Amino acid sequence: MDTPMLTLRAVTKTHNEGEENACTALHDIDLSLEGRGVTVLRGPSGSGKSTLLSLVGCLSRPTSGRIHLRDPETAEVRDISALPERFLTLLRRRTFGFVFQSFNLIHGLSALENVMLPAYPLGQGRREIITRATAWLERLDVAHKARTPVELLSGGEVQRVAIARAMVNDPPVLIADEPTANLDSDLVRRFLEIVARFRDEGRMVLMTSHDPRVWESVSVDRVVTLRDGRIAGDEPGPASPARQGGGGAP
Amino acid sequence: MVFPVARRDGSARSGSLSRSPFPPNRAATALVLLAAGLAAVLGTVLDAAFRRGEGETGRGTARMVADLGLTDLALFTEARYTRNPSLADLHTPFQDHPLALDHFPSGSLIGPPTPWGQASLTKGEVPE
Amino acid sequence: MIRWFRVQVLMIDYTLASMARRKARNLGLLLVYAAILFVLASVTLFTGALREEAVRALVGAPEVTVQRMVMGRHALIDRDGLEALRAIRGVQWAEGRLWGYFYDTANGANYTMIVPSGGIVPSGGREAVAYGAPPEPGFVRIGGGVARSRGVAPGDWLFLLNPQGRLFKLRVEAVFPSASELVSADLVVLSEADFRAFHTLPEGVFTDLALGVRNPREITTIVEKAALVLPDCRFITRRDILRTYDALFDWREGILLALMGGAILAFMILAWDKASGQSPEERREIGILKAIGWETGEVIRARLWESALVSLFAFLAGYLLAYLHVFFFSAGLLRPVLQGWAVLYPEIHLTPRIDGARVLTLFLLTVGPYVAATLVPIWRAAVVDPDTVMR
Repeated sequence: MDTPMLTLRAVTKTHNEGEENACTALHDIDLSLEGRGVTVLRGPSGSGKSTLLSLVGCLSRPTSGRIHLRDPETAEVRDISALPERFLTLLRRRTFGFVFQSFNLIHGLSALENVMLPAYPLGQGRREIITRATAWLERLDVAHKARTPVELLSGGEVQRVAIARAMVNDPPVLIADEPTANLDSDLVRRFLEIVARFRDEGRMVLMTSHDPRVWESVSVDRVVTLRDGRIAGDEPGPASPARQGGGGAP
Repeated sequence: MVFPVARRDGSARSGSLSRSPFPPNRAATALVLLAAGLAAVLGTVLDAAFRRGEGETGRGTARMVADLGLTDLALFTEARYTRNPSLADLHTPFQDHPLALDHFPSGSLIGPPTPWGQASLTKGEVPE
Repeated sequence: MIRWFRVQVLMIDYTLASMARRKARNLGLLLVYAAILFVLASVTLFTGALREEAVRALVGAPEVTVQRMVMGRHALIDRDGLEALRAIRGVQWAEGRLWGYFYDTANGANYTMIVPSGGIVPSGGREAVAYGAPPEPGFVRIGGGVARSRGVAPGDWLFLLNPQGRLFKLRVEAVFPSASELVSADLVVLSEADFRAFHTLPEGVFTDLALGVRNPREITTIVEKAALVLPDCRFITRRDILRTYDALFDWREGILLALMGGAILAFMILAWDKASGQSPEERREIGILKAIGWETGEVIRARLWESALVSLFAFLAGYLLAYLHVFFFSAGLLRPVLQGWAVLYPEIHLTPRIDGARVLTLFLLTVGPYVAATLVPIWRAAVVDPDTVMR
């Protein structure tokens, strides 16, 4: 078996450490994630899902414990728990694409410009970036809105633009925080189709959700349950070979 | 009569087909404008050099100053200490009485006369 | 290098896109900024060119001017002083000068009446030259300002009432060329006979004396000797005159800059407010950029491009307009400041002169503080944790 993409060992995260409003969001988490498949973190709000996601995505550093990440380019495994922000950023932008809970597109810019943003610091040519961003918008069926300011897009379009933005640098891992909140069933279905396609391309998808429509979806390989900052369950999802093997007919 | 209706989202579907896939590069426009501005600044330097070469006015005035025996520029004609500041004595601005306020606007612009004379001859050099 | 350039171009593109969201506000800021720079650059260019013009014109001024002082006031000097100065070794020539002011009740203007130095008896030993040959009695040569305010042209009569109320009828022989107005605008050049008659000045007295010296390096010695001969006189050397003008333009520039100080300060407050008033949206935007993989340095650079572009464009626009204003439109907007209460003023046609050091100082003193004033708040906003968008 390959070395896991990500390993968390005894990871604790305390927000506002040392201050009066300090609160510990994660206690002593041990988790390892393969470099492929769809993993859902589920749990009620306040269970630490988003905090775990931001630790995994190199957006923040653990208060204690170790996180190891396999560099997708060099396959080298590095301890990222104490890496300076600069290196963390470099690692993050070639490893992860992010879809945030409220999608966090930048208002006033067009859909295309939003999608292009993560590619700006990489130093590629403008035309190259536009071509790639347009390709992603086409793939996600929103290319006709490329020049539209994002605040004029519908909910589904915003979501697809956000996914295109996450994917524009072609990262091996897509991280999505509550991607289906505020979406109707049809849009949830379309989102899950996109996730399934990424999974089939060999990418890893990690998302948080308290939406049963997501973790009961056929493309989910693994469901990790969090409660009060601790892992309360870790079971194979509907797409997992283990469950298909053990659970009989699909 | 049918008016083309502008869609609120600004994406005229038929128009988007004819448009270039590459939106206009604002940065290029800005940099071109900046370069044009810098070129114009360079232009002022060239213009100054050129007009300096062609302009004989400076020498003309120097000649006139020498021939007429002038000592000052005719910038302010309203008071004698502003018309000929280099010849004004210390007391002129306060000729009415020692505490009189200067009532010529140009008086406030050119500053009080400086006591020249022997005492100042050894002070800093001024290019001849 | 190419990579760096590409990144900067993209950053500028992003910066312009986000500035376009507040078009009115940013354009307003640019306009105010450019207007301030326009005024400052106009003053700098104008005074610089004027100083140059003064230095170039006044190299022709007499080497030493001798003024007699009585009770602290400038008084007439007689022929004896002239003889005494001529006796000093090293004095090439010495002559009496006749000049004075005349308030013209007809139009409320002050003229400077002068007899050319070559035309005064006893002659100082200088050859009479183009401008120096005095007009014949009954004729005058006048400056452009006088001609304008009295509406006279060569060949016309100029009527002047002397201080005693006697009418003088003088024929205008010539008007000085407009290129020389900076020194000649208010001149009325006339013959010695007319001058003395007009001002009822007795023979043998002069307004002051002028000296020429053989070797300019001896001026100090000659002035020392002359001061012994004429202890009640003040000696003004050409260097003093040039120094007066140096100080004068510094002073004037200083005054204008002081007047502008308030405006500059107000603008700086505006700039600081604009930059430091990072709205929650702007903070959120910075958080998003960081979350999608921008480094702190890249966020700061993008934001600095904003202030750099604003100040560069403002500087270029302000400077170029100022250049046009001063050297193509004769600094028309500065005229009221120069004019004061004067009725006569020169139409100044300045030869362009760009003092690189001054322009650079102007650039650094305006663009520098603006970029610096925006840097701190940008930096403070840019160090937010990238995970703020997840909270």
